[in-house]
Amino acid sequence: MRRSRWPPVVTAAVLVFLWLPIAVLAANSFNRSRFGSSWEGLSLRWYRALLADADTWRALRNSLVVGVGATLTSLALGTSAAVALHRHRSRLQRLHYALVYSPLVVPDLLMGMSLLVLFVALGADLGLGTVYLAHTTFCVSYVAMVVLARLQDFDPSILEAARDLGAGRWTVVRRVLLPLLAPGLAAAGLLAFTLSIDDFVITFFVAGPGATTLPVRVYSMIKHSRNLPAINALSVLMLAATFTAVRASRRLLQEDRP
Amino acid sequence: MATDGFLIFENVTKRFGAHAAVDGVSVGVQKGEVFSLLGPSGCGKTTLLRIAAGLETPDEGRVWLDGEDITDLPPERRRVNTVFQNYALFPHLTVAENIAFGPRAAGWPRARIREEVDRMLALVQLTDQAGKKPRMLSGGQKQRVAIARALINQPRVLLLDEPLAALDLKLRQRMLVELDLIHDEVGITFVYVTHDQGEAMGLSDRIAVMNRGRIEQIGRPAEIYEAPRTGFVAAFIGDTNFLEGRVEEHLGDNYCRLGVEGFPDIECFNDTGRPPGEPVCLSVRPEKIRISRERPEPAPHVNVVPARVADAIYLGTHTRFWVRVGRHRVAVWQPHARFLLDERPIRWGDEVWISWHGDDGFMLERFSGADAALVATPPERIGAANGGVAP
Ligand SMILES: Nc1ncnc2c1ncn2[C@@H]1O[C@H](COP(=O)(O)OP(=O)(O)O)[C@@H](O)[C@H]1O
Ligand SMILES: [Mg+2]
Repeated sequence: MRRSRWPPVVTAAVLVFLWLPIAVLAANSFNRSRFGSSWEGLSLRWYRALLADADTWRALRNSLVVGVGATLTSLALGTSAAVALHRHRSRLQRLHYALVYSPLVVPDLLMGMSLLVLFVALGADLGLGTVYLAHTTFCVSYVAMVVLARLQDFDPSILEAARDLGAGRWTVVRRVLLPLLAPGLAAAGLLAFTLSIDDFVITFFVAGPGATTLPVRVYSMIKHSRNLPAINALSVLMLAATFTAVRASRRLLQEDRP
Repeated sequence: MATDGFLIFENVTKRFGAHAAVDGVSVGVQKGEVFSLLGPSGCGKTTLLRIAAGLETPDEGRVWLDGEDITDLPPERRRVNTVFQNYALFPHLTVAENIAFGPRAAGWPRARIREEVDRMLALVQLTDQAGKKPRMLSGGQKQRVAIARALINQPRVLLLDEPLAALDLKLRQRMLVELDLIHDEVGITFVYVTHDQGEAMGLSDRIAVMNRGRIEQIGRPAEIYEAPRTGFVAAFIGDTNFLEGRVEEHLGDNYCRLGVEGFPDIECFNDTGRPPGEPVCLSVRPEKIRISRERPEPAPHVNVVPARVADAIYLGTHTRFWVRVGRHRVAVWQPHARFLLDERPIRWGDEVWISWHGDDGFMLERFSGADAALVATPPERIGAANGGVAP
């Protein structure tokens, strides 16, 4: 049978469709022109403009603070949820699983709105604190799923063997459970961090004045900035950072498979 | 304590839901012996072992080790170690670190740990693999790491859960010999769980045959094979013929006469003093029966029965005959030594005589049909029980 020409063509078309906008954006970030429609020569002008902008730096700092905070908190909460889901089986646990899993499929718009309504109802001051809480909320689900997958990957009798060999509960956690979970925890943490740094919709709802994160800053730049192409530069930098993080997390997950 | 021994289970019961996985087990394991728990899959062997290890808490009964009640001790405080069925090695640790796990948890000095790990590596012949991670080892090597990792703690009792089940036949036979050597070397009490009668026979000082959470018989391998006390034991260990009948009369000297439909009078050893009229199931192993063309000379206590050959399979070491007596089929295994053979080979359809000594028959209770699924060759396939299968 002769091989059809179509699969490679379709594949190429899909890839172009996926990557063309990003390529255009990346190219434009190096374009001297203020308008993307014409090429006026290679330049780092927009990167310079970006780095000189104090608001962007403040937004980056906010993003990092929220990202690190939400990552650490969701790691602690998500891991304990995963361990609980893994260890005990019951009908209640099925509900538990559904409740932990569902935020992954709830639209961001809905999450953002409901969190806003909640914060307002509680009379909370909208600001970095509420952004941090909101990010922790959705990161917990991702962390729990990644860690649970890792737990299901290894043989529970290993933990019994450790106790059989004389290790108390705490020693089992420290010498067996944590080392075995470490790659999963690192991967989950990177994922949570990436999601937090990236989030726009939910943050937009719950961020008060002065709690601008990077994505929100990008949005306001589009609306107000005179240095519009600096957004391109910022996007390229964020893209690079995200790729690095995702790659690192995948490497960690693949390592040490028995 | 009703039972005595080094490791004692006293009336131990463990239920999962309504189902009793271990049902009122009492047994004493002697110091230094290899004691096997032998039974079909699902009979509760692993559960009993886990109760000894402290990984499962019995619902009823006590467990004693060296005179101390250990029922409520957590696993890490029992001087008992387990070789798990699937090895359960720590994937993130090297072979040497796996073996050193117990001593480290116990806080031995470093120098002593190193010395003992080296000694264990030598014992299980893995010195050159010390730095490898478990995933790089073969099945047999993993098995030996698991054994060394348990033995280094100098447990009072080593529990082994089907340690050879995952290995191929050749390796299994070699590891069996090695286990025997290791036991001789360390002299620790072994409790060995297996569903393989060959392993249990070859390795054990004593065997407990388990069925449905209960122990049916405890004894030396030869006792279990030669003098099974229940129909299940007779059928699970080796093969046997079952003939249903009843006790007719006592003959003195502990012999009695049995009536089995289609057979002439059968003489059988009866040390249990079963009364006349009692229905029994006579078990005779196929290799204890002789088959011949000529009628054997009458001799005291020897049963001689005319039969017709229904089937024969040549197997090198022996030939398996199935002969018809009335509506029964009886399996007879005949070795090929020249002086046992007739002038003309016995063939399908021949009229023959089968004979066995009264001491080789055992009167047991009826073999339960539900147990038939648990044994390799169910009686209705090998012999004539339950109405016989007439082809
Ligand atoms: N954790 C458990 N939960 C429910 N049932 C179990 C559990 N462990 C064992 N069983 C049941 O107990 C019985 C005995 O199991 P086990 O001791 O593993 O048998 P064996 O080792 O002889 O194959 C089986 O019917 C098994 O299904
Ligand atoms: Mg088992």
